[in-house]
This record gives sequence, structure tokens and C-alpha cells, in this order.
Amino acid sequence: MRVIHLLAGLALAGAVAGAWAQKNPAEAGIEEYRAMLADGNPAELTEAKGEDLWKQKRGPKNASLETCDLGKGPGVVKGAFVELPRYFPDTGKVQDLETRLITCMERIQGFNGAEIMKTPWGKGEKVTVDALATYVAGQSRGMAIKVPQDQPMEREYYEVGKRIFFTRGGTHDFACATCHGQDGKRIRMQDLPNLTKNPGDNAGFPAWPAYRVSTGDVWTMQHRLNDCFRQQRFPEPNYGSDALTALSVYLGVNANGAKSTAPALKR
Amino acid sequence: MKKTAWIVSSAAVVAAAVAGCAGLPAGGGGNLDAEAQHMLLTGFHAHGIAKMDRITDVDDTVKACNAADIAGKPLDEATAKRIEAENLKTIKWPSDGKYLGDWKEGEKIAQSGRGQTWSDKAGEPAGGNCYNCHQITKQEISFGTIGPSLYNYGKLRGVTDPNSAAAKPIVEYTWGKIWNAKAYNACSNMPRSGHMGNLTEGQIRDIMALLLDPHSPVNQ
Repeated sequence: MRVIHLLAGLALAGAVAGAWAQKNPAEAGIEEYRAMLADGNPAELTEAKGEDLWKQKRGPKNASLETCDLGKGPGVVKGAFVELPRYFPDTGKVQDLETRLITCMERIQGFNGAEIMKTPWGKGEKVTVDALATYVAGQSRGMAIKVPQDQPMEREYYEVGKRIFFTRGGTHDFACATCHGQDGKRIRMQDLPNLTKNPGDNAGFPAWPAYRVSTGDVWTMQHRLNDCFRQQRFPEPNYGSDALTALSVYLGVNANGAKSTAPALKR
Repeated sequence: MKKTAWIVSSAAVVAAAVAGCAGLPAGGGGNLDAEAQHMLLTGFHAHGIAKMDRITDVDDTVKACNAADIAGKPLDEATAKRIEAENLKTIKWPSDGKYLGDWKEGEKIAQSGRGQTWSDKAGEPAGGNCYNCHQITKQEISFGTIGPSLYNYGKLRGVTDPNSAAAKPIVEYTWGKIWNAKAYNACSNMPRSGHMGNLTEGQIRDIMALLLDPHSPVNQ
């Protein structure tokens, strides 16, 4: 069964590579590589790890996260990802997936949320948050993004996020919009999604968290945005800051209707 | 001293504006602008060479272009012309009158996308980031498309001798465009490489040669 699946995948990769051959050899090679990898996305391992961590009793309070409310009621994971960020009455804040998971780890399991926020990528409980986010995202695979705009604060964050998206600055006068404000553009060989509107099913907001082939690990949306700002020559955004949440609301609402492919596979 | 005063006063304005808009429904442009500024000031921190002044200390060109993009309307013609004129005045022409350097060095600079991020070190020469957005030589197939193709740049413009009087206008324009792109297009996506101190005069000479030297692969 698995062999048949693999063979079908290779045949598909071959056929698609044929079509791409009209572009240029390097481009076709990269696309072929992607198509072959798509048959087994290493993010699935992170997803499985996240599911274990969700169900495990952990932290000072020795509790599981199975009562965590991600916006659709305590313990409801399916469909939660495609409706985040959203306003949460119990914190009085608009929260994205990762900041909401940290709220749950703090309130249910007794972890120190501020400490987790300050932890570097790939260390300590930050790794747990990444795995949990990957698991939660995977439970909405194939569902349409529908980031809500019902609450006044959600609408306010959209408008603020839009302003941040168009804010040039730094040594190169770059804004998010410099690279992600037009259709059909590239940086080197890398296609750039236009994030001022629905970027499609496997690009931008609906694709993250994602396994990055170039770094060999799963990056969450917070991590993705952090590295965008690095390349934008900005100072570093604080993990979990309102600025990043507002930006995520802008990107999420623009992507409404796209099918979630997270955790996706990326360059 | 002057800068500290400015930051303190702008922080006070932002705080007042944000306090005034608690619970406001979306739509009031001024308050939302202040809230965006507040989130930027509180949501970022200096890391390595990337200090907070990269957000707080932007010039009138950047402010006007940001406002236009947020409003979804291009700058009116008079404002655009004024901004272009201001940027034109900042251009430093080559100190020895020599516009072209070595195209081989220019190609290396055009290839490099390094420099000025928080993971780059102070004092290390930056790259030009040129191929990130432009096609340049035919040999390099990994090029971006945010900017126009520069393949055959000099040839298409009839430059056979970059030192000739006939070539002078295009040579000067090209120098100016690399030094400060906003002198010719107020809200251009292109960085102001000389003006912002990303590239040195010598590096710009080498990129000039890559684009304009008849022997450069760009013009074959």
C-alpha cells in the first residue's frame, strides 16, 4: 500500500517536473524536490509529539491541556486553528495560537508564561509550544481559514496590523508590503505570496506552522514573522507581542477562505 | 539629547492618543495610527546592530510613503515631486569624478544579500542585494522580479563608452538611482543604498561597472 503510494508520488513528481522543464533546470529541480518531500512531511513527527504533550500531565500543577479553551470551548481542538487569532474574554486580549497556548500552560499547568515567552527558539518549553501549535494546526488540516472580526478589538487589531504591514523603516526602507504587496513576484527563486489578499491554499498564513527544509525544523508563525523582520532589517519583535498578533489578524483575515495546509512543507 | 527629547515627547503623544481610544471601534484613522506606533514601540527590542531607531527615527520620505500605502492611495504629484527633489539633494557624486570601477567586484556585491540585519556584525561590508530583486547577468538564473530586469542595461541605453559626453546623462542617473532611488520615484521599493550608508562609494562604482561597462557580462 505504502509502496503504491510512493510510486504514485514519484510518477506525479516526474510528470510535474516535465511540465516545469520548460522553465529552467534549477527551478524544475527545486519543484521536483518539493514534490518528492511532500509525500512525507517531517512536521508530522512534531505533530505527533504535540499530541502527546497536549494529553500528558505536566507542569507544577501536573495537569494536561485537555481542558484548554482555544476559542471553541474547553478541549475543542478541531477547527480552533482556522479561527485564530481571536478575542478571548477571559484574558481581555486578542491572542494568536501560540500566546493562547501559553495562557493555557500558565493557568492550567502552572508554568511561568513570561519565562516561556523569553526562552530562545528551540529551547525549553518553547519547544513544547512549537509542538503543541503544530498539533493544533494539524487538527484543522483542509478546513477553510475564518479568522473572526465580530469583536471590536478584533477589528481594531486588523486595522493596526494593516498599518504595521505597510510600515517601512530600517536601513533598507523595507516594509512587509515591499515583498508581499504584489502578485507573482519573487526574491531570487522564491515565490512571494501577496499577503494583502487571500494568498492561496499553501502560501502565507494558512501554511504555518511549517517544516522548513532549509533549516531542518518546524517554524511557527511567530518564528516565521520574526525572521521576516530580521530580513527587513528591523529591530527584533518581542515574542507574543501585540504587534505580531495584530499583524497575524491582518494576514489571517486576508486569507479567509483559503484552505489550511498547516503544518505545511516549506523551502 | 535632541533625540531623547523627541522619543519622550512622541511616546507621550502616543500614550495620550491610545488612552483616548480605549474600546474604540475600528475606523478612526488617527487613533489607529497612534496605536500602531505604540505597538511598534513596545513590541520590538534592539538586537545587535538593529536598534530601535530603525523604527522611531524614520525620515519624512518614509512617513509620507507609509501613510499613502496605509490609505491605499498613491502620493499626490506635488508631494511626490517635493520628496524626489529632497532626496536628489542628498546624492553624493563620486568624490574623484570616477563613476565606474571593476565589474567583477560589482558582480560579487550584486550577489551578496548580507548586511545590516541583527545577525550581521557592525563594520562588515554589506552586499547590494541586487539579484534578490533584479535579473542582471544572463548567467545567474536565480534572480528576483520585484525590480525590472537589468540585463543589457548599458547596451539597451546605447552606452558604448561610459566616459563619453553622450553617456553622461545615463551614467549620472544610474549613480543617483543606486545612491538614492527615492530621488527618481518617491516611494520606490528600492533601498537608498548610498544615502542610508549600506554601500560605500567604492562598492557603488563597482556595481556601476557591472551595469555600464561594455565588457561586463550584463552588456553581452
